[in-house]
Amino acid sequence: MENRNEVTVIFDSYSVNEGFARMAAAAFVTEFNPTLDEIEDIKTAVSEAVTNAVIHGYEDTVGKVHMSLSRRECELTVTVEDFGKGIADVEQAKQPFFTTKPELERSGMGFAFMEAFMDSVEVESAPGVGTKVTMKKSIGAEEA
Amino acid sequence: MEGKYKLKDGCLTVAMPKELDHHSAAGLRAETDMLINAYHVRHLVFDFSGTEFMDSSGIGVIIGRCKNMSYSGGSVEAEHLNARIEKIFLVSGLNKIIKVNRK
Repeated sequence: MENRNEVTVIFDSYSVNEGFARMAAAAFVTEFNPTLDEIEDIKTAVSEAVTNAVIHGYEDTVGKVHMSLSRRECELTVTVEDFGKGIADVEQAKQPFFTTKPELERSGMGFAFMEAFMDSVEVESAPGVGTKVTMKKSIGAEEA
Repeated sequence: MEGKYKLKDGCLTVAMPKELDHHSAAGLRAETDMLINAYHVRHLVFDFSGTEFMDSSGIGVIIGRCKNMSYSGGSVEAEHLNARIEKIFLVSGLNKIIKVNRK
């Protein structure tokens, strides 16, 4: 049997769903036989992406966040998409410590964390349209 | 707030939540600041004994409290970090900003 699987969840941009999203991602990867470290890396990256959608994408409004988890053999792809405000300058947003919301004590480390804990991170965004973050990670690569 | 905060001789110890993320950060920040101001706290300790998860929202909370405490001449430290929280401190550089108590 080919190792392919895909799950998509759609949820409201309430902060309580940040925990839900990372637990769902952790549950999805358990069948890959990941290490505990790999599970925690994925949970952290998902939490950062979803938090960005909640705080920045939708700000004080509530919208839908789409998260899809897919497996091709040992590779996990996570996409987190919102249909909110969008990012005018993605390269600037990715800079460590850059934040548009210092008053909320945002550390500006969200994208840096996604990049630190996943193999690759891609961001597509357009102001007024939304933001889609695609992250990939090979599971079990550390053992090889 | 029950049992999460211990105050003794100007030292406030905060039991950090099981999951320290954006969702849990707001309440933690408000309660901690309220106690710091009300009781003239000089020394702040973040106790991570019960914390299993932390992301960059947690870093924002800690850096914010460090700044406030340093304005008033106080000190801040963190203790009882598990391996995962240690990694988050290391990746973010937080271990250079705050004293980590290893015992």
